[in-house]
Amino acid sequence: MKTTETSAPLPAEPGATVSKVDVPPALPAGRKKKKEGTVLNVFSHGMLILWAFMVVMPLLWAVMTSFKDDGAIFNSPWSLPDKLHFDNWARAWTDANMSDYFLNTVLVVGGSLIGTLVLGSMAAYVLARFDFPGNRFIYYLFIGGMSFPIMLALVPLFYVVNNMGLLNTIHGLILVYIAYSLPFTVFFLTAFFRTLPTSVAEAAFVDGASHTRTFFQIMLPMAKPGLISVGIFNFLGQWNQYMLPTVLNTDPDKRVLTQGLVQLAASQGYKGDWSGLFAGLVMAMLPVLAAYIIFQRQVVAGLTAGALK
Amino acid sequence: MQHGKYRFIVGFLALPLGLYALFVVWPFIQSIYYSFTDWTGLSPEFKMVGFDNYKRMFHDDIFWKSLQHSLLFALVLPLVTIGLALFFAFMINVGGRRRRGGPVISGVRGSSFYKIVYFFPQVLSIAIVSLLFAFAYNPDSGAINSLLRGVGLDSVQPLWLGDPSLALWCVMAVLVWSTVGFFVVLFSAGMASIPAELYEAALLDGASRATTFFRVTLPLLWDTVQSGWVYMGILALGAESFAVVQIMTTGPGGPDYSTTVMVLYVYQKAFRDGQAAYATTIGVALLVVTLAFAAIVMRLGRRERLEY
Repeated sequence: MKTTETSAPLPAEPGATVSKVDVPPALPAGRKKKKEGTVLNVFSHGMLILWAFMVVMPLLWAVMTSFKDDGAIFNSPWSLPDKLHFDNWARAWTDANMSDYFLNTVLVVGGSLIGTLVLGSMAAYVLARFDFPGNRFIYYLFIGGMSFPIMLALVPLFYVVNNMGLLNTIHGLILVYIAYSLPFTVFFLTAFFRTLPTSVAEAAFVDGASHTRTFFQIMLPMAKPGLISVGIFNFLGQWNQYMLPTVLNTDPDKRVLTQGLVQLAASQGYKGDWSGLFAGLVMAMLPVLAAYIIFQRQVVAGLTAGALK
Repeated sequence: MQHGKYRFIVGFLALPLGLYALFVVWPFIQSIYYSFTDWTGLSPEFKMVGFDNYKRMFHDDIFWKSLQHSLLFALVLPLVTIGLALFFAFMINVGGRRRRGGPVISGVRGSSFYKIVYFFPQVLSIAIVSLLFAFAYNPDSGAINSLLRGVGLDSVQPLWLGDPSLALWCVMAVLVWSTVGFFVVLFSAGMASIPAELYEAALLDGASRATTFFRVTLPLLWDTVQSGWVYMGILALGAESFAVVQIMTTGPGGPDYSTTVMVLYVYQKAFRDGQAAYATTIGVALLVVTLAFAAIVMRLGRRERLEY
């Protein structure tokens, strides 16, 4: 094992790496090293398992708690439920208005997601493929929205939305969600449209297709992988959105899931239906977790692609 | 492709740009303007007051507390989260023991399982996560204290969120819990694109795992780490910290303002106290802090880009 002569193609100070190697692999030293390696291995594996446990435990605990009655929740938080109290779930769904919150969320997220993808891809396509004065300015205007603290804009936005008669309406919330989803969507899709070949669009154009038709019939289908990634990203962001509805959507009948649950938790202090609240929490968690486990690969690709670009 | 080009561009940009300008750009500009007025938000009348709001802000003890907490969030959270995530990602992707006949570089056993599980919190709403942990932290009937009792630590029963010196750390722990998984997966993707020859060479030279990490993995992953750092800092200053503090701590803002952060203070001043102009002033301060944070991280982290 003569390592000093091999040239190390390490980018960072190759000399330093080499000099640290203990050259004579004498038996005792080798054994000692191996032992250290084992300790390190146990430690690292332990940490990995511990973190996995810490992630899963609270979620399992919530599921378990949602099947217990109120007394058991408070007196023995870690015991298994005496029997499966499915009535908690029924109560949460009907009495605690979880069904309304679900419906509102589905409407808002459905509308926003479609709007975000359509408007975002239109803007991104034009910014990626056409030269015109102001192109860069508009691009950076969109990108800038990613790093600004949204709360600063929310104070005047409340009154803008109010003056337009859109406060506490589903369509008003949809428009605001779209507007705040555009920065990342435009950023991501602009990069994506740049990677697509130009020849297909040019051929369509020579054949007499209009710009609009080329976009909808040729470019959008080609951009499908990018649309799926950014769609998943926006779906999760909009489904889990808490700050925007808290500020702009104060009508109890229009609440979305996150908001509804927080309000429910605040008012449970007076009503005392904690088991129903836990059932509601789990109800809101399960669909997203299930969707994640099914579409695991796409979700991860969609959520990390932007940051890696 | 000149035919009808400009009509097409205008047609396609009008709606997205209009919506964005109306709901995002215009409010930002307005809020900077409002910070120089005495607007309450309740009545449409207001007048210019110059720098009065800023003078008031500099003498506001709660503002300084919130600034302090926000800065702590922006410093500690990325450090802890990214540190943990780098360790986990390295173990998952590179830390595996060499198996006979297998590839030189491999992750530990069950690496794909870890990646799936670690990502769970990322798909849940921070609002739901906050509610869940608010229950777990409950001093009397919460899961954590009851676990401590269960293992015989009856004397160790902290008030957690009720204790002014602990509350802020409890809140930060929840943010770490919910974001580490995202960075593990992000860094894993980055590590997967590092060529295996580099690791092989390092192994041939007898480099230990720690050396491999600091000399090979980290330098080649630097760009991703840096953008992750900025991303985490922006989250910690903005939306995420608002949700955890507003939902989990009493007040909200914690006992004795111990968890108040800037973004929550903006919200309270505008929508609880009817001081919209003052709220936008704090918002402008938050904007300055956020941009300064991003600029400093980009500046300090600048290195020669490594091509491989």
